Amino acid sequence: MTTLATAPQGGFGGALARTLSDGGTITWRNLMNIRRNPELLLSATVQPIMFVLLFAYVFGGSIGDDPVAYRDFLMGGIFVQTVAFNSAFTVIGMANDLQKGIIDRFRSLPMSNSAVLLGRTLSDLAVTTLGLLVMSLCGLLIGWRIRGSVTDAVLAYLMLLLFAFAMAWVGSLIALISGSVEVAQSAGFIWIFPVTFISTVFVAADRLPGPLQVFAEWNPISALSDSVRSLFGNHQLLPPTDAWPQQNPTLYALISCVVLIAVFMPLAVSKYRKVAAK
Amino acid sequence: MATGESEIAVRAEGLVKSFGSTKALDGVDLEIPRGQVLGLLGPNGAGKTTTVRILTTLLRPDAGRAYVAGHDVLGQPAEVRRSISLSGQYAAVDEHLTGAENLYMVGRLYGMSRADARARARELLARFRLTDDSDRPAKGYSGGMRRRLDLAGALVAKPAVVALDEPTTGLDPRSRMDMWEVIGELVEDGTTVLLTTQYLEEADQLADTIMVIDHGKVIARGTADQLKAQVGGERLELVLAEPTDLPLAQQVLADVGSGEPQIDTHTRRAEVLVDTGTKALIEALRRLDQHSVVVNDVALHRPTLDDVFLALTGRAAEEPAQESSKSKKKVKA
Repeated sequence: MTTLATAPQGGFGGALARTLSDGGTITWRNLMNIRRNPELLLSATVQPIMFVLLFAYVFGGSIGDDPVAYRDFLMGGIFVQTVAFNSAFTVIGMANDLQKGIIDRFRSLPMSNSAVLLGRTLSDLAVTTLGLLVMSLCGLLIGWRIRGSVTDAVLAYLMLLLFAFAMAWVGSLIALISGSVEVAQSAGFIWIFPVTFISTVFVAADRLPGPLQVFAEWNPISALSDSVRSLFGNHQLLPPTDAWPQQNPTLYALISCVVLIAVFMPLAVSKYRKVAAK
Repeated sequence: MATGESEIAVRAEGLVKSFGSTKALDGVDLEIPRGQVLGLLGPNGAGKTTTVRILTTLLRPDAGRAYVAGHDVLGQPAEVRRSISLSGQYAAVDEHLTGAENLYMVGRLYGMSRADARARARELLARFRLTDDSDRPAKGYSGGMRRRLDLAGALVAKPAVVALDEPTTGLDPRSRMDMWEVIGELVEDGTTVLLTTQYLEEADQLADTIMVIDHGKVIARGTADQLKAQVGGERLELVLAEPTDLPLAQQVLADVGSGEPQIDTHTRRAEVLVDTGTKALIEALRRLDQHSVVVNDVALHRPTLDDVFLALTGRAAEEPAQESSKSKKKVKA
């Protein structure tokens, strides 16, 4: 009996090519799903706008001394917060997939083990890109500006996308551990609140009480917020504290993203292999 | 590949699998010669789906070994996945993708080029009479169409073995007949098939060999004929033109049969169990003809697999309503 499928190429190069090709196919499938259900994009686009407006106009007047400067400061943080919250969409999307019959089809195919996860994280990256675009426009409307160089601005967006990719892998693992869409829904959101609020997303680290200040100083979300602000040439509320991540936000944020991916990608892949074989 | 394996497409030895304290499989052996259809017959929870999931690498057995096309299910999962594909009771299609897109996606995931995947999708859509609906999202498909699309997905890479897990459960009779036809064509093409079903008629229609499984154990195996022979006896049934001839027919049947004849005046029907098959049939008709009795209909019924199941387990094979099989969703054993 002849088979139409090509034999797998040997070696690491072949496996990597296969993973990327299969990941691309799954990405295509996920994006087609979004195209047929555009309402899936609502929370990825409307929610960030809501946060921008709420914080700029409800809290903005009380937090900074100068509301206009605060709005300039706020945008860098909101970008990071939105990216972090988007990992919840990965959790829900992945958990939904795991409950459907289609996952049995995927698992019974001689395809790359990590392709379903790679496809999910890549398609969510596309959604995040759209969210960042919408937020940037919203920011421009309330007075935020890119005041640095174009190169720095591009670097800032790339940093945000790298962080989005890392967070999507964290989200994938949460979905795989959750076991049901209902559990995944709350598990995907709850932890993001303290992690994004105890940071320099909305306030300067200096203003936080003792232990919270230390947490905020070492929180990668703070580093990324500060890094994005400085790359965009935006207003900083207070000078950075003496902590190393505060002094080297871009480097620390980069290291954090790489570590997150290096830890959560293999964890999620190995969990995916086991999850349906219970 | 071990020697002597080439004619055996699927082999499993001593499969054991427990879910918590429930023993889903308790030492199942099976063997399917190349190009044949093995019908795995049993009620809900007998262990049919568990067997299929082990053979398609979706589940690891607690004990036992299994080989598909000579490849070890545990040691060579990638090779096994190239040799066997699964079409299940829970149609594995993406409902937001169209029929064509679903098959294209599967083709790509088998490593086909874009053009090959598209061509193969078109071919299968035509074969499964889905061409007219190929550009509609599968969400709008009927149950029967989804099943056909799912089966088409399993055939994308022309696998040597296809596992069909209750392919017609929950389908209306018309869609079931369609599905049987499609499965029949598959077998004609030389594909080895593992078919699980709770419909006795389905196993009888499609399978070369039948294995009856209950509580994770194989309780009988053989051809449909062999299983029916285990129950023994046939039933001779006559329908007469005139009810007034019934007493005479009763007399004749009592002579040729091995049991007490049963008469139904309302339907002008007379029947009896016989040991001698067609011999008894000919003798009965000859004697009735001598008395110029007009016989409208005559039949010699062999026992059905229902009778077989009843004889083997002491209870009837359940044919659950569609509702209960739906509510089971993912809880399969």
